[in-house]
Amino acid sequence: MSPDTENRLSGPLPDPSQEAGYSPEHPQRSGFFTDTSVCIGCKACEVACKEWNLLPEDGLNLTGMSYDNTGDLGADTWRHVAFVEQRIDPQTRSRVDIGMPGMGVPDAAPQEEGGDATEIRWLMSSDVCKHCTHAACLDVCPTGALFRSEHGTVVVQDEVCNGCGYCVPACPYGVIDMRPETGGASKCTLCQDRLGEGMPPACAQACPTESIQYGPLDELRERAEQRVEQLHEQGITEARLYGHDPEDGVGGDGAFFLLLDEPEVYGLPPDPVVTTRDLPAMAKCAAAAAGAVAVTIAGCFLGGGR
Amino acid sequence: MSTDGNRAEPANAGRDEMSENDSGRESFRSYYGNPVIKEPTWKVPDVPAYLYLGGMSGASAIMGVLADASGNGELRRVGRLCAAVGSTASVVALIHDLGRPARFLNMLRVFKPTSPLSVGSWILAPFSGLTGAVAVAEVGGIAPLPARLAAGSSAVLAPGMTTYTAVLLADTAVPGWHEVYRELPFVFASSAMLGAGSLGTALVPRSRSAPARRMAVTGAVGELALGQLMERRAGRIAEAYRTGRPGKVLRAARALSAVCGGAALFAGRSRVAAWVAGLSGTAASVATRYGVFEAGRETARDPYYTVVPQRERDPARQ
Repeated sequence: MSPDTENRLSGPLPDPSQEAGYSPEHPQRSGFFTDTSVCIGCKACEVACKEWNLLPEDGLNLTGMSYDNTGDLGADTWRHVAFVEQRIDPQTRSRVDIGMPGMGVPDAAPQEEGGDATEIRWLMSSDVCKHCTHAACLDVCPTGALFRSEHGTVVVQDEVCNGCGYCVPACPYGVIDMRPETGGASKCTLCQDRLGEGMPPACAQACPTESIQYGPLDELRERAEQRVEQLHEQGITEARLYGHDPEDGVGGDGAFFLLLDEPEVYGLPPDPVVTTRDLPAMAKCAAAAAGAVAVTIAGCFLGGGR
Repeated sequence: MSTDGNRAEPANAGRDEMSENDSGRESFRSYYGNPVIKEPTWKVPDVPAYLYLGGMSGASAIMGVLADASGNGELRRVGRLCAAVGSTASVVALIHDLGRPARFLNMLRVFKPTSPLSVGSWILAPFSGLTGAVAVAEVGGIAPLPARLAAGSSAVLAPGMTTYTAVLLADTAVPGWHEVYRELPFVFASSAMLGAGSLGTALVPRSRSAPARRMAVTGAVGELALGQLMERRAGRIAEAYRTGRPGKVLRAARALSAVCGGAALFAGRSRVAAWVAGLSGTAASVATRYGVFEAGRETARDPYYTVVPQRERDPARQ
């Protein structure tokens, strides 16, 4: 097999748009680098996304767990700011147990004086669709409603989707969901309409701290490597990239992150894999089982008796 | 802190603690215990019914063709009718589950080998059409030769009908389904055989039902043995198959399989045993699909099933 086709289901793939059939002159693959070390949790991205994409309100409930009253990504929430409150030792930067995160003044623990001084740190991260190199939602969609755009992103065509819901459990990040009002699937398009006009996506445009950076993916990956090095030099050794690696289970994300703790702390899977990686093996098992059932039933018709 | 919300509270487990404590239920970390992946939006009873009916109709079509070939008219009739009713009802359940049922034809807009639902639709649509036509010919007593040809064609698709739904579930990020992708098609195939065989046992006169009885017994034994094998190989995921509602449903399915297998052995001599086998076998087949479906949903809701196995499979990335 040629290098173009052997990675069709998983593994590194330099140009998903070309693999999807676009001519080599298609625009560069673009994406997001979300640097959570400078996120201030303002939720401007959430609001800008809703405004631009005319997304309906998704509930005005309080979650009661943190300042995150959005909860998670969904059909009507294409950007979601996660809030995690931790107490750390400023010397070692290791975490100290504070029980449930809450608001107000932390209780009695020694703070300023004494050897075991601790400080509160907030982890805030604006989550979004990862626009995977190998997108399970796109692979399993039976209608072709989900497609790869010329920008290398993954977009739902609302007019084609028949609401089968297969993309929902296929996504290893839990991003895409069904919109009850329309019955169809819905998720971030990376502002496909804005990209066509050469404009950055609404969330990146609105971000006041450049936590959300938009651009050609190669450029973003370089910039991210530099940023991690810079943070490590400053002693923030827990900084790490997530979703940047073309060798990972989804062939690298079109939207990747700089995190300050383990991915699962932000609600992200530690080692996501595109489910269709195993599809050839699944098909073999199913074919073997189908053959076995045909032979076994035939066996039941042998040997006397009616 | 094993079962309350605390265990998943993000600041409760230090990194050192993680490495000492084998990252099990006690110490894994998550975002306030929220799920990582989305729970499937597929509805009950639509989708479990779709799973059962598709499998039962596939095995029934094979049963009908083989009965025809061996000159067993009674069993042929039951096989043909069960295949038609099962596949038609399976199509109805699938369409009813769509968010936009009016657009169900979009399912056949493209053929996508990477989508088990696309491949499945291309198996199910011609299969239900063929078996439906065969059933009309059978009931009307018309066109025996075309009916035989159509039944033969449907039998080519029929083995696929018994297993494609297993791939449909396994090809998702749901740990309870994906982690058992090797065993699930065999469980579903046995369950399909049990479903068709038990209906044949109940609906065909005793003197003519021997092949169906054997199918019921073999299917029941297969479902019991392969179900056990699947759980043993499932690792941490097995917990979802053994506890809670899915655990109860699957234990009931196993008991019903055993009853069906036992009753089918005596169904050649007793009409009552034949009906017991028919009812318990059908119930077992339905319960198996429903139990697997619910176990998967449980593993989607609980971040433990997503985070911990992913941590364990690649320690280098921690």
